[in-house]
Amino acid sequence: MAIDGNLHYFLLLLLTPLLVVRHFCEDFTEKRNTTQTKTNFSHISRMARSLAGFLALFLFVLICGAASLFQPISDSHRSAALELFTPTHGSFKSLEETYEALRTFEVLGIGKKPDVTATACRSISETLGLLTSTPKDLFYALKANSIVKCKINEKTSEGIITRLNTAVNGASSLLDFYYSIGGLVLIKDQTSKADVYLTDAEGVFRSVKAFSQSDGRWRYSSNNPESSAFAAGIALETLAGIVSLASSEMDQSLIITLKNDISKLFDSIEKYDDGALYFDDKLVDGHEHQGPLSTTSSVVRGLTAFAAVTAGSVNLPGDKILGLAKFFLGIGVPGDAKDFFNQIDSLACLESNRVSIPLILSLPSTELSLTKKDSLKVRVNTVLGSNAPPLTVKLVGAFSSGSKDASLVESQYEMQELKFDAETGVHILSSLPKSIDVGSYTFVFEIVLHESEHEKVYVTGNQTKVPIFVTGLIKIENAEITVLDGDLGSIETQKKLDLAGQNVVSLSANHLQKLRISFQLTTPRGRAFKPHQALLKLRHESKIEHIFVVGNSGKQFEILLNFLGLVEKFFYLSGRYDIELAVGDAVMENSLLRAIGHIELDLPEPPEKAPRPPPQPVDPYSRYGPKAEITHIFRAPEKHPPKELSLAFLGLTILPLLGFLVGVLRLGVNLKNFPSKAIPATFAILFHVGIGAVLLLYVLFWLKLDLFQTLKLLGFLGVFLVLVGHRILSHLAAASAKVKSA
Amino acid sequence: MGRSSSTKDAQALFHSLRSAYAATPVNLKIIDLYVGFAVFTALIQVVYMAIVGSFPFNSFLSGVLSCVGTAVLAVCLRIQVNKENKEFKDLPPERAFADFVLCNLVLHLVIMNFLG
Repeated sequence: MAIDGNLHYFLLLLLTPLLVVRHFCEDFTEKRNTTQTKTNFSHISRMARSLAGFLALFLFVLICGAASLFQPISDSHRSAALELFTPTHGSFKSLEETYEALRTFEVLGIGKKPDVTATACRSISETLGLLTSTPKDLFYALKANSIVKCKINEKTSEGIITRLNTAVNGASSLLDFYYSIGGLVLIKDQTSKADVYLTDAEGVFRSVKAFSQSDGRWRYSSNNPESSAFAAGIALETLAGIVSLASSEMDQSLIITLKNDISKLFDSIEKYDDGALYFDDKLVDGHEHQGPLSTTSSVVRGLTAFAAVTAGSVNLPGDKILGLAKFFLGIGVPGDAKDFFNQIDSLACLESNRVSIPLILSLPSTELSLTKKDSLKVRVNTVLGSNAPPLTVKLVGAFSSGSKDASLVESQYEMQELKFDAETGVHILSSLPKSIDVGSYTFVFEIVLHESEHEKVYVTGNQTKVPIFVTGLIKIENAEITVLDGDLGSIETQKKLDLAGQNVVSLSANHLQKLRISFQLTTPRGRAFKPHQALLKLRHESKIEHIFVVGNSGKQFEILLNFLGLVEKFFYLSGRYDIELAVGDAVMENSLLRAIGHIELDLPEPPEKAPRPPPQPVDPYSRYGPKAEITHIFRAPEKHPPKELSLAFLGLTILPLLGFLVGVLRLGVNLKNFPSKAIPATFAILFHVGIGAVLLLYVLFWLKLDLFQTLKLLGFLGVFLVLVGHRILSHLAAASAKVKSA
Repeated sequence: MGRSSSTKDAQALFHSLRSAYAATPVNLKIIDLYVGFAVFTALIQVVYMAIVGSFPFNSFLSGVLSCVGTAVLAVCLRIQVNKENKEFKDLPPERAFADFVLCNLVLHLVIMNFLG
């Protein structure tokens, strides 16, 4: 949209000194990418970004709050339509979709549409022939047929008429009425028989009217308390159908009440800042909730259908119709087939409605070059892009975007009429007013219809505000670079600069001298020009950069660098400094970033406490590059001894055990003391088994159990062991005591 | 001359020691053997560590401490069981053995936990 283009425009010019923007009205995100690649002073851009954000917002509010541009339907819609409505295997999914696709193609006048006539005809006659088809199926089949125009045989159509009439009589909800009456209207147009009419049209009218609410919205059925604008659109279309099916003249009072309802409905219309008007249903009713586009579309369809069948005019201010047209045009090219159909169908309804036909003013280009003497071209079309009736476009005002109140075009003399070129259908203003210089403006146009009869039919909106950018070549004159002696200010060296050419200068200076760069900027109209950027950059051999803003007084731009005051800022770095000058503005066609030349600076030795120059980042983009790979370092495995050695020592540890056993045998140890009676012997065995069990438990603990499992088991084993041990040991003690005493 | 006499003396000393030890009760001899067994096992592990290195250090420690601990407990048992020792005259050897078993079980629980 144009709004995004403008916003971007200002971001762009603040970020990039060197650029000539050609197309504004393109996608915002796409342009952002080009910004990044074009950025020359990347660090300036960082500085400027916060400022840019603020300024862009400021200018955005100034310009876009006031003016915005709507383009009528163009070829981009046609190509989008062919992409969105692509039949699969020669047909669309349903008859509803077939109708939407064919209707869109018809409105857009697309000749090379996919041929679905044969399959559509087959499916239409199938649906119409089936006795089980609902009124909804019949409705969409007939709708599709209204475009495909297949033959329906008499018998089938008679059957359908009877069925739909029955459906009308049995209808209880708004949608029942909508489909059955809509079907009847369609079949009336499609058959030769003229006897399709409603016997009790007024009665049906009243029963549909019963769903209306006091605020102009409608309910879907009598037991559903929620009302919506979407339903209002459907109801209006249904009622229009009833009026056209009525066998006799309707009661006029009914029509008048309905017209009142319509104006009440339009009181609840909602508004965007750019003047677009739309309907939206606030209620959140689950699956039946419709978006603003389909709601508005439904209302427009209903309104135009109703206006078409009733005598007399529907009293609606033309601005509201224009606002609706702006809403549909403002959404651009929708990516969804349903939305696309709603947009195109509604615009087609607006294109030829009986209330008022909106005319849209658009500009092929909102960027004009003063140097190339571009003429201001304005096109006035209907919403679908067809020609408007004879009319005159006048430029009644032009406001600079900086100052909102003072018009630069004085209405008495300079109110300009645009010349109409009948061949191209474009209104042309060959020369811009004298007061218009380079810059961004808001132009105000007025459309005057030649014939006063047309004023009732068409609506133009009083004044249309359009953002215009005027660019031009800025004259750069008297560019000089001078080295001055410090004390006296006498000129040491002075050189002319040719900023358009390629020549470079080489200068030398010491810290007691000064450097002066001056130039003049003049607009094509001879006025002073202040670009958004006028910057001087000094870059030392070690890549350390210093940036200065070139100030101005009127036309004269001048910067004086006193090196004595700058030695500390320059970090006492002597040597060669490259000089670059950037002068840039969005409206300046010859924005430049030029390497002027270099200067050899001879600065004093740094004192001890002098600040060190900051380390320069190697490459600002490397910050976003891939990081060094993280490798995991594992501890090197311990050196293990050879297996044989370990096994040999295992064998060695058994040797003392053997020695112990041998020694025990040599001592002649026996088990005579082992109790011989059954009960103590059992306890003795249990005692040893218990100890063995504990040791086995320890082995298991080592191999697989954890401490808690082990302690739990050890608790049981310990109790057992204590009991058994106590019994056997006290038995032994008693036995030995007996021996001792004996 | 002096050397042969000292050898003889040493022989005599060794002989008397041996004869004196022969009078020791058998159960004490068993304990002595057991202590020797434990100490030698510990020594072999120390030698292994000196040759190979102390890599699974906790395993080495538990092995050696198991042996040394057992030896110490066995010495304690010997002190208590010895009839000559008047200090533990009233303590029945069965009670001392029960202590020995209990201490060994606790010691080895810790050793197993530390073994890794």
